[in-house]
Amino acid sequence: MANALDQIFVNLKHWLLAWFPSAWQPLISMVISAAAIIAVFGSLFAVTTLAERKGLGRIQNRPGPNRVGPFGILQPLADAVKMLTKESIMPQVADRFIFFLAPTMMLIPTLLSFAVLPYGRNMAAVDFDAGLLFFFAVGASIEMSVFMAGWSSRNKLALLGAMRAIAQMICYELPLILSSVTVVMVTGSLSLGQIVDSQAGFHGGWLARWHVFTPWGLAGFLLFMTAATAESNRAPFDLPEGESELVAGHLIEYSGFKYALFFMGEYFGMMAVSGLGITLFLGGWRAPVAGLDWVPSYLWFFGKLGVCIAVFIWVRGTLPRLRADQLMNFAWKFMLPLTLINLVAAAVWHYTGVWSFGGAAAVRWLLGAALIGVPYVVLGRALYTGHGHGPRTYRYAT
Amino acid sequence: MKHDPGEPDLSALSTGDLVVEPPVTVPAPPPPPGPGYEVTPRPGGADAGDDSLLEVAIGPHHPSTHGVFRLNAVLDGERIVRFKPVFGYLHRNHEKLGEGGSYLGAMPYTDRLDYFCSLTNNWAYALAVERLAGLQVPDRAEYIRIITAELTRIQNHASLIGFLLQELGAMGTPLMYAFREREKILDLFESLTGARMMCNYMRFGGCRCDLPAGWLEQCRRVVDDLPGFYDEFENLLTTNEILMARTQGIGLLAKELAINAGITGPLLRASGVNYDLRKVDHYGLYDRLDFRVPLGAHGDVYDRYMVRILEMRESTKILQQALRDIPGGPVLDPKVKLRNFRPKAGEAYGRIESPKGELGFYLISDGSTNPYRYRIRPPSFINLTILEDMCRGLTLQDALVILGAVDIVMGEVDR
Amino acid sequence: MSLLGAGIIKGLVETARNFVGSYHDPERLTTVEYPEERLALPENARSFPMLIFDNDPVKGLRCVACKICEKECPPQCIYIVQDRDPRGKPLKFPRIFDIDLSVCMSCQICVEVCPFDAIKMNTEFELSTEDRFGGLILRREDLAKSNEYYLEIHPTEAAETDARLAAENAKAEAKSRAPAPATPAPPAALPKPPAAASPAPTT
Repeated sequence: MANALDQIFVNLKHWLLAWFPSAWQPLISMVISAAAIIAVFGSLFAVTTLAERKGLGRIQNRPGPNRVGPFGILQPLADAVKMLTKESIMPQVADRFIFFLAPTMMLIPTLLSFAVLPYGRNMAAVDFDAGLLFFFAVGASIEMSVFMAGWSSRNKLALLGAMRAIAQMICYELPLILSSVTVVMVTGSLSLGQIVDSQAGFHGGWLARWHVFTPWGLAGFLLFMTAATAESNRAPFDLPEGESELVAGHLIEYSGFKYALFFMGEYFGMMAVSGLGITLFLGGWRAPVAGLDWVPSYLWFFGKLGVCIAVFIWVRGTLPRLRADQLMNFAWKFMLPLTLINLVAAAVWHYTGVWSFGGAAAVRWLLGAALIGVPYVVLGRALYTGHGHGPRTYRYAT
Repeated sequence: MKHDPGEPDLSALSTGDLVVEPPVTVPAPPPPPGPGYEVTPRPGGADAGDDSLLEVAIGPHHPSTHGVFRLNAVLDGERIVRFKPVFGYLHRNHEKLGEGGSYLGAMPYTDRLDYFCSLTNNWAYALAVERLAGLQVPDRAEYIRIITAELTRIQNHASLIGFLLQELGAMGTPLMYAFREREKILDLFESLTGARMMCNYMRFGGCRCDLPAGWLEQCRRVVDDLPGFYDEFENLLTTNEILMARTQGIGLLAKELAINAGITGPLLRASGVNYDLRKVDHYGLYDRLDFRVPLGAHGDVYDRYMVRILEMRESTKILQQALRDIPGGPVLDPKVKLRNFRPKAGEAYGRIESPKGELGFYLISDGSTNPYRYRIRPPSFINLTILEDMCRGLTLQDALVILGAVDIVMGEVDR
Repeated sequence: MSLLGAGIIKGLVETARNFVGSYHDPERLTTVEYPEERLALPENARSFPMLIFDNDPVKGLRCVACKICEKECPPQCIYIVQDRDPRGKPLKFPRIFDIDLSVCMSCQICVEVCPFDAIKMNTEFELSTEDRFGGLILRREDLAKSNEYYLEIHPTEAAETDARLAAENAKAEAKSRAPAPATPAPPAALPKPPAAASPAPTT
């Protein structure tokens, strides 16, 4: 019974495919998968915009949008109507073709990257051997769309903003990729399906063998999610779209539907890279404890995705923005060394896997924690107090 | 409509008076002189060699600037070379209005100077007139003045920190928390004076009316909840690494420069100068209350933020003491006339420690019902003059944060 | 704590506390959804002035058109024209009493200087209109509100005013009922200087 529920969408797809002649089936299969992904993630985008506004509102002691439908459910519809009916202004001196193409160039690669993520058991649209590589290759073209937006606007300030945005995205690609390299190293494969499979089984019969439950996995997950926040230009790394900055960034000339497409592309990017993080570190569609694996796998995946998005919203509501040079210092001088050390820690963990004396797990954990924790503290201090930052005490005059 | 003889014929008037002026031939006036300073480099000028300077005007419509004012920035790459504020967009002729009306008539206009802190503005003006006319203020009125002034200080500093973090990109969360407390204080003001912001409460020789029943209990409840709010606020902000990284070391202001430029208020105390008018001038009954003055050591934006948080805590201490010690009695000197108030000829300068700095009123009376000269010393305006020195060499992002920490309100800058 | 990230974690805990609190603690969700919910105004709240009448809007209007409020109003938003009887003698009634709401700044000085407790502050603030100029001028008919209405919106203040007016009336009545000291009509032939005549009782 649980299995039927788990495979319901797979069976539905096979049933639909059976209506077509077998020569057409691969193509129709792709079309069905693509349609399903666009439908699911499109509605998830709408729900996320509403959840973000209501979440931020509740954090700020106010209810968030609640006028348009009950609990504001129809608010995304209202926003869509607003965006569609706004005047789409294109500057006269702008390079028209590239100006028009930039938002679509942001959206298409993120949709492509959705194709390789496994959403449930047997539920990846395309599962091929170099899935992870494909994801990163396609995701990097987002930076190209940012530059296209800044360049085609023919606006000095937009170009400045676009270059700053690209610098930020490029310097966070490295920690992103290096933290996922640890998973590749341990699993021995670039295929996302195999990475999820390598997290099968349960420790001691109850706790899942997710990579996040190892010291290198935990550090890798945190580094990955920080780099992911920077890649999707979310707070505290949202310098490119800061509304209180003078330079409004590469999107300064965009209005109306094109702006909505950029917005959508950014949210899709956030969801895609969260999905990748879930696949790599949180066991994909696998249950966390042995007792709960009767819950359908896609529910686990989307539940974890919801938690990731909630954390993104939480962080956005709390933290102020980092300055441009501080962003880059953080990436190069803190995250990059930590990801490299993480690689070493992953190797140590893997090779000490043969230890079988009593308490071996605790020793391995301590070793891993020390290997990562000591550089963390040292680098943190160098980065932070080295610049003279730190808590202060104040004197009073009576 | 018919009108009686002896009444003005209102039927001809529209929203503006229709007055036909005869055509006047006057020679064209000479072109006005330039702004008095160079913003763009001219060929042959001091910066002639460098063509890469970018001139940007920020404002007057911009979510960052605190009100309508413009900043002319000259950037070399990303670094600021010159940074001149241009204001006057909110000039409302306050000083001339003060000369044209009676002394009492100027009191509601002082509410609108620094519109966040109307009660301290009222007190400064009342102090100046009381010095001019030699009036005595009963003790109960002095205590009420202290209580309202410290409540004003708390809500001003809390809102300011909220706005500073809004500039830093914190999506409004600290602002909403500060406003939550501000609402409680404004409710107190409304039940005391009748209005939330434009209070018009102080009179010459005391306060307009006495405390309503139950106000002291409500005030005590609000004040007792405040330390919890400060702890929450500090948990959210003070040790936040991003805040520290963005604000420490930015916008340094040396002690000597601050004193020479006439800076007052938390800006001065953050640079380490021990100058708080409540301790220096001994105005009001502050001498009877026990409080300390927090001082910063570095003079950067983080110090200004921390000095304000610590001042809020000290204000709470003052409030608790004042609420405990407030005596009974009248709240207004009964000898003062409301109408035809004619102080003797002379001049007086009354100043208080407003939340933004030293707010002073200079009045010259010629014995009639209207002042001869009515001059305001606006702290925001004078604190703004040092902005360029603090921002030179920094990026525009930092400059806007520094502007946020200077705490200006355009109503005061432009009057 | 010198661990990088400790302050950020503290901040995140604070925000989470507010988020969770907003579901069960009314202190953490302070929004009042106007216009479905309205907060009760405190008693002393003021919005714009109103004229008080006792019993009849015309005959009972307390205002005597002394024009003190017009003179003292800082932005000069009050316009008063005194009524005259058919022979041109001024009456103690304002024929025209206009307040321009777009000018009035609710400073309450008119209330303080009125010697007859005729003008008081109203609390009504939902006065928006589409007519930018005429719609924002309140005429005497709009401004006249009964004493019962005043008692309703400002109970303490109105009760104190009523008590004071009643006491003043009682004193005036007592004086007019007491036998007045005799005013001897000065005989035309007497050479007494007029200054020696006894003073008439003043009201």
